[in-house]
Amino acid sequence: MKPARFDYLRAADAAEVLEALHQEGGDARIIAGGQSLMPMLNMRLARPGVLVDVMHVAEWQRITDTGSALRIGAAVRQVTVERHAGLAARVPLLAAALPWLGHTQTRSRGTLCGSVAHADPSAELPLVLVALGGSVHLRSRRRAREVAAEAFFVGMMQTARGDDEVIEAISFPTARPGAGYAFQEVARRHGDFAIVGCAAVADASGIRLAISGVADHPTALNLPMDSAGWDDALDVFAWSLEARDDLHATARYRRDLVRRLGRAVCQEAQQCRA
Amino acid sequence: MPRLTATDRHRVLITLNGRAVEGDAEPRLLLSDFLRHTLGATGTHVGCEHGVCGACTVQIDGEPARACLTLAVQVDGADIRTVEGLAPAPDRLSVLQECFREFFGLQCGFCTPGILMSLDAFLRQRPDASELELREMLSGHLCRCTGYVPILRAALAAQQRLNASTGAV
Repeated sequence: MKPARFDYLRAADAAEVLEALHQEGGDARIIAGGQSLMPMLNMRLARPGVLVDVMHVAEWQRITDTGSALRIGAAVRQVTVERHAGLAARVPLLAAALPWLGHTQTRSRGTLCGSVAHADPSAELPLVLVALGGSVHLRSRRRAREVAAEAFFVGMMQTARGDDEVIEAISFPTARPGAGYAFQEVARRHGDFAIVGCAAVADASGIRLAISGVADHPTALNLPMDSAGWDDALDVFAWSLEARDDLHATARYRRDLVRRLGRAVCQEAQQCRA
Repeated sequence: MPRLTATDRHRVLITLNGRAVEGDAEPRLLLSDFLRHTLGATGTHVGCEHGVCGACTVQIDGEPARACLTLAVQVDGADIRTVEGLAPAPDRLSVLQECFREFFGLQCGFCTPGILMSLDAFLRQRPDASELELREMLSGHLCRCTGYVPILRAALAAQQRLNASTGAV
């Protein structure tokens, strides 16, 4: 349970990070808060040649409200966002999900971008980002690009990020007037990875429901406002996610959570509109 | 840009319980091992080494954090507090520690240093925390002896006494 050897590079600015990734490629790993990466290193599931610490990059330590989105830099810790004034009004779904994300003792160090980069299929932040239709800002020495959340998460701990790219920020769309938001999850212990997580956004056009912990990445479904057809739609959706049995829950239990918890979260989001 | 090479040891300076200390660490050395093996501060316990059990929780710049999920080189220059820093004097316990004794908040004591460091920070930051919030915060720790009820009792008693003494809430 000790990491294998690696070099450690404390980058002073973004250019140093991009240069290191350009030189080292897939042999380098970004470390921010380390709350996803350190367990992987301790268990030697990851054995990078060099760690690039981005926490001292001043331009990535910012939370920027652009009006339409809250843009959170790579070096912003979860606890900082949790305490961000007005978060519940600006991005209510993020405010609702953050207390479920790990524990007080991990949110104190972990970053939002780090959790998104790790892309655990059960994690809360990728789920919220997909539910809201947020985006990931990637940068390499060659280019900068913005990838929609739904295109970013491609598989179990697999993302659209290239080896020479760093996530410099993620953007959460801010609350729209007349929209309702809800989040719920079932886990064995508060703060553990969810068995199933649900996030819903309700507005005049309908409901967008996103589910984590079942498929190998968070997946969204659009439902009409009228709840008459929800049960059938949720049943088809639950089967389409191809749930698997594991130590924590059976596939059948997961499908049932999608049906029941999914419905409850959609109703809650609808009620939040009022 | 400082690149710390994998096979060499590098000087790390921290403030440990109010005192400036230094030691040498390979980049891969965990803060938990740096505290225990390099600096000899063995009050911090090591359980699972992947961030689940909470035994190794210390305060980094005032925030509770897992020492096993932190590299020593990451906290160069930081202010670290461990269980050794809680008692106001060698023959006196802190209010929180005293409550743990009074309410039987520990049995074997393995998880206790981590829980104390979490509670010490949390009761300072959130003197008005509800019982539910205390429970949720404690969910970041595993205790296999007490069943948590005495821990929660000790935490609530400490909260009451600390608030009474500071006039908060």
